Amino acid sequence: MKNSNQRPIWQKTLLGTATSVAMASVGVMGMAATASAEESFKVGFVTFLSGGASGPFGVPAAQGAEIVIKAINEGSLPAPYNTKGVNGLTLESVVVDEAGGPTKQVEEYRNLVQRQDVDAVIGYISSGDCLAIGPVAEEMKMFTIAFDCGTSRLFQEIEDPQYMFRTGLDAVADNVGAARYLAETRPDAVRIAGIQQNYAWGQDSWQDFTLAMAQLMPEAEIVNNQTPQLFQGSYSTEISALQTERPDIVHSSMWGGDMESFTAQANVRGLLSQATAILTTGESGLHRFDGQAPNGTILGGRGPFGGFMPENDLSEWFTQTYVAEHGTPPSYPASKAAQAVLALKFAADSSGAEGVPSSEQLAAALKGAEFESVSGTVRMALAGGHQALQPMSYGEYHFENGEAELRNVRSYSGECVSAPDGYNAQQWIKEGFPGVDCN
Amino acid sequence: MLTVWAILIDGFIYASWLFLVAAGLTVIYGVMRILNMAHGSLYALGAYAAASALGWYYSGGGENLVMAFAIIAASAILIGALTGLAIERGILRLMYGRDEILMLLITFAVLLILEDVMKLIWGTTPYFAYQPYAALGRINIDVLTVSRYDLLVLVVSVVIGVGLWFWLERTKIGKILRSIIHDREVSEAMGVNVRRMFTITFMIGATLGALAGGITAPIISVVPGLGIEVIVLAFAVVVTGGLGSITGAAVGAVIVGLARATSIHTMPELELFIIYAVMAGVLIFRPHGLFGQVIARKI
Repeated sequence: MKNSNQRPIWQKTLLGTATSVAMASVGVMGMAATASAEESFKVGFVTFLSGGASGPFGVPAAQGAEIVIKAINEGSLPAPYNTKGVNGLTLESVVVDEAGGPTKQVEEYRNLVQRQDVDAVIGYISSGDCLAIGPVAEEMKMFTIAFDCGTSRLFQEIEDPQYMFRTGLDAVADNVGAARYLAETRPDAVRIAGIQQNYAWGQDSWQDFTLAMAQLMPEAEIVNNQTPQLFQGSYSTEISALQTERPDIVHSSMWGGDMESFTAQANVRGLLSQATAILTTGESGLHRFDGQAPNGTILGGRGPFGGFMPENDLSEWFTQTYVAEHGTPPSYPASKAAQAVLALKFAADSSGAEGVPSSEQLAAALKGAEFESVSGTVRMALAGGHQALQPMSYGEYHFENGEAELRNVRSYSGECVSAPDGYNAQQWIKEGFPGVDCN
Repeated sequence: MLTVWAILIDGFIYASWLFLVAAGLTVIYGVMRILNMAHGSLYALGAYAAASALGWYYSGGGENLVMAFAIIAASAILIGALTGLAIERGILRLMYGRDEILMLLITFAVLLILEDVMKLIWGTTPYFAYQPYAALGRINIDVLTVSRYDLLVLVVSVVIGVGLWFWLERTKIGKILRSIIHDREVSEAMGVNVRRMFTITFMIGATLGALAGGITAPIISVVPGLGIEVIVLAFAVVVTGGLGSITGAAVGAVIVGLARATSIHTMPELELFIIYAVMAGVLIFRPHGLFGQVIARKI
């Protein structure tokens, strides 16, 4: 067993200040917790603290994780997590900036495991980073939870995963859900266009969406897809190109500042009064659009997260605590990070270990399990029990009297938007969703 | 026909923005022979300053559009001039006479430092200052629409371009600067205070960069890393037109803008490729760019 008495436990939690963000961008920083237990459980938390993904995703995710970690150590979480610590141990965390690309992240991961001596790792927003970390986690036999990345290839590229888990949904669920929402609420839409950031996420999302549309709305015609550069900022020309095609629907998987900029510009230019936008990650802008998205714009939250969280004790507690600390309701990245930390607590508490659970014990506890979360009950039902199966929700943005809300929300069960275990997702869509269960 | 109109309108609008971004960069290189990588940070600083000032103005109940534009200009010019002065006086003046590559590396270091300084000041959350962009509305042309703010950027770009030309070609200080461009040593021997002219030039170039950022702020979300994205594009434009040439920057911006618009309307997947293909194509036939001048090496 490791001599955990030698580990420093910092009294103050991180983030929230730009100074700490700048420090984190050049290395590793401590995060945590009150120090009362003799032993502690050390988790590496990897999220964007710098770069374009930090503001809308990385920092809210760190803030969401921080709130749950603090409550775990205080024993103030609602049931069923109202016991102090993880498996009775103080939860200590080391936060690492995800910026820098997959090669750097593999180095950081090895550093976390071999030098920081962490007991588990939670992290990764970027699909590229997830794909790079998956095999390394298996090689190093380290219990690892991917909390946000959306690539459907994560478990296609790991044969028989043992240590890698994902507690969020993949991009296939986002886009099958988007197509189902359109088929139900906009069945007369004929001309479909898109705008996606020009990298793997955008290209994969558009492929999954168009495949699903071919099955669910075969009369609809794909008329255009724009592929601007990541963090381009201004979309004037792309908006003109979309307007000339007179679309009924504009699909976009753009995220963060890019998504918000495009929406505001397209609104001013009138594109969004000519066509309805469906934004698969739009929920992160729910409380930031400030009326710059027209009412009726369709938003997704990559699952039942953020504004789509169901009402339960955990989600109510999480929302209240987050609002009290940060003055705004949690967006979906914050909820997803909170869910991953809850999964860790569930696995540790259920492991039956004495002291610090091993990666094998944690993996055995989480594999195929069902646990409660801010998003409802999570079933680890895919990829041999390593991938979460959850509903996908979409709704329409409405802004009135300075308040934003989601209306006409529809949820689709996990079995309705995700391929059955062992199925290639694209093949599943092309074959007409065999085995689908939308009840 | 609609697509042709769209390409022309979008191409010139994008070109005007490109020129705004590239003008300061090419002025500094033309006079000082410094490829200023920190220009991207000056652009980002201008954007952050304008977005913050606009946020302050609108949250205080401000509604006057003219006042909003005055705030954009004042905040961007102020931060650009002061930062430019600090960089030139604090760092560059100690390095004059060094190799161009070394100067490039120094300004790259300044860019990285300023990126972190901006994170310290503004954090990582995106800033929006969309009110002026939204307030100006749009013009409808058949199914196409054009933002009036984009047209305003075009006008500002033309004004700045003409102003720069007038300053360099028709004023006394312009004549002095041109003499420095032609021969720094002879100018100095003739009594020109070259170092002072360098300070003025760098401040003007930095202010132009910050002004470009300030004008762009109401269109985009202002986020960390903004300056790094922009500097690559600005380089593509000034290299295409010829380093140090204002006319070259303008022509380069128009060529790149039209090529990009054509690609987006006809082959959107080539949007990025086309910008650098144009640059590479020009450099194959004119290694110093369209308006770049071959400078004889002194022995």
